[in-house]
Amino acid sequence: MTQLLQIARKQCAERMLRLYRAANVGHIGSSLSCLEILVELCFSRMAPEDVLILSKGHAAGALYTALSLSGRMPEAELESFYHDGTLLAAHPPCSGAIAAIPFGTGSLGHGLGLACGIALSQQFTGKIFQVYVVLSDGDCNEGSTWEAALFAAHHRFSCLTVIVDLNGLQGIGRTDDILRLEPIVDKWRAFGFAVSTADDGNDFASITRAHDELRNAVGPRCIIARTVKGHGVSYMEDRMEWHYLPMNEEQYGLAQRETEVHGPGKKSGPIT
Amino acid sequence: MRKEFSQWVEDYGRRESRLIFLTGDLGFMGLEKVRATLGPRFVNMGVCEQNMISVAAGLAQQGLHPLCYSIASFAVFRPYEQIRLDAALHRLPVKIVGNGGGYGYGIMGATHHALEDIAALSCLPNFACVIPLCNSDVAGAAEALFRHEGPGYLRLGLGLWPEELGALPDFRPIRRLVAARVAPPKLTIVGLGPVLLNVLPWIADEAKVDVFAVSQLPLIAVDDSFVRSVADSRQLLVIEEHVARGGMGEHVAAALVKEGVAFKMKHHHAVGYPNGRYGSQAYHQTQSGLDVGSLKKTVTQLLGSI
Repeated sequence: MTQLLQIARKQCAERMLRLYRAANVGHIGSSLSCLEILVELCFSRMAPEDVLILSKGHAAGALYTALSLSGRMPEAELESFYHDGTLLAAHPPCSGAIAAIPFGTGSLGHGLGLACGIALSQQFTGKIFQVYVVLSDGDCNEGSTWEAALFAAHHRFSCLTVIVDLNGLQGIGRTDDILRLEPIVDKWRAFGFAVSTADDGNDFASITRAHDELRNAVGPRCIIARTVKGHGVSYMEDRMEWHYLPMNEEQYGLAQRETEVHGPGKKSGPIT
Repeated sequence: MRKEFSQWVEDYGRRESRLIFLTGDLGFMGLEKVRATLGPRFVNMGVCEQNMISVAAGLAQQGLHPLCYSIASFAVFRPYEQIRLDAALHRLPVKIVGNGGGYGYGIMGATHHALEDIAALSCLPNFACVIPLCNSDVAGAAEALFRHEGPGYLRLGLGLWPEELGALPDFRPIRRLVAARVAPPKLTIVGLGPVLLNVLPWIADEAKVDVFAVSQLPLIAVDDSFVRSVADSRQLLVIEEHVARGGMGEHVAAALVKEGVAFKMKHHHAVGYPNGRYGSQAYHQTQSGLDVGSLKKTVTQLLGSI
């Protein structure tokens, strides 16, 4: 399975980089940070009826490509990315027009509460499915996230899995310097979540292990995925500015070559 | 209106299994019967208004009918972004009930007053604000709230319909409460919510005054009889326990201008806390010129000015 995921990751990365280059826009580092998390969900873990909410909506490029290439969203939509009249803007659409994207996000701190509402609905509708929500460092700054965490734990939502794409960077600096989240495992555990850690959150084996550790947990689950912003592209890795910057043609070429040479799920190094 | 609202929710909850009632940990001596009737469909969210709205949006996205309850100021202002993004932009039928609109919580102070709620919510896409006139108007207003397909807000207050005026007309977005006995009218009064009761029933002694209640904003359509009244009287007195900016007066004035009606407008509205001191709802109404005495004085001036 890991090999299949690596192939899927490579296809998604190539397509995503092409989309970002064509649009000449940023948020590339944020998308590369959580790409493996999303690929693992979309290509392997999620059943058709399961729900995924990307709370860190600025990584929309990763979401769109993972949903499209896994057949959860019409692939044709991808080519409209960032175009006037698109459904696929820089942040996921609030229109509900794409079934696989139940909620538009982009203002941090909304995803977990929305996921809690969907989880709660199962008590009344009788429908059973899994709810996954992917958070960022910045999401964990927001008070609304912790309101929702209290609620999820109180109601023991065993259908709910939070994955924190913890790359250690947020708006204009390092999380440790701006608003320290550590010890983040203890925080989520103290809030009542069963917690596991993906020590390499850009590695499929590590992500899968973290999910497996929580397989029999009762109540909501949280995976702390220690990721690298800009993962897989040497000049972007762990660099805050790649939250914002677009690639020029030379940088795009290098990014595509590194994706080709290093392949998915491996730590990249600079190409010489 | 809380008792009437509670009764309506009990009734509605019995016939609509998709109703899910969320409260921001409020409702002491008011919602106990609702909780007993709805059982697990009554969810105390804790003091988490932001999460209450997001959870409601998630429920609505799954086809349920969430109703979120809190004190008006808490229900609207703390979770405003959740209301805008999670509910309104997604066109999800998240219904919000704010108790104590305007100065309803009186001596509780400014934190508990909601003077800008209609302005903040009525500009949101797909949104309807519903404002019952009096206690017996709550059921009709709540039905209107749920008839509206998108998100909405019910602003509860307190007030009794003066029975000497006959039966309360059925709930409508705009309705005539008192008809001038002399044509053409010399003054048109329009009010929002229970504060309008401060001109009732005594205004009925004036033969030349039409009185209308606005109970839903933004206006879906301008009632023809209201337009005709203002066109004839050329004087409009607006009464609302809400700030002037974005309030009912501005909604109505804009609608009348679009209809080509020429009129002068006198606006009695909430002015906040002009002396920095606090008191009962009646105290704040007096500070804002919304009390019976102030309104009588204005009516006398306006009728005398013709």
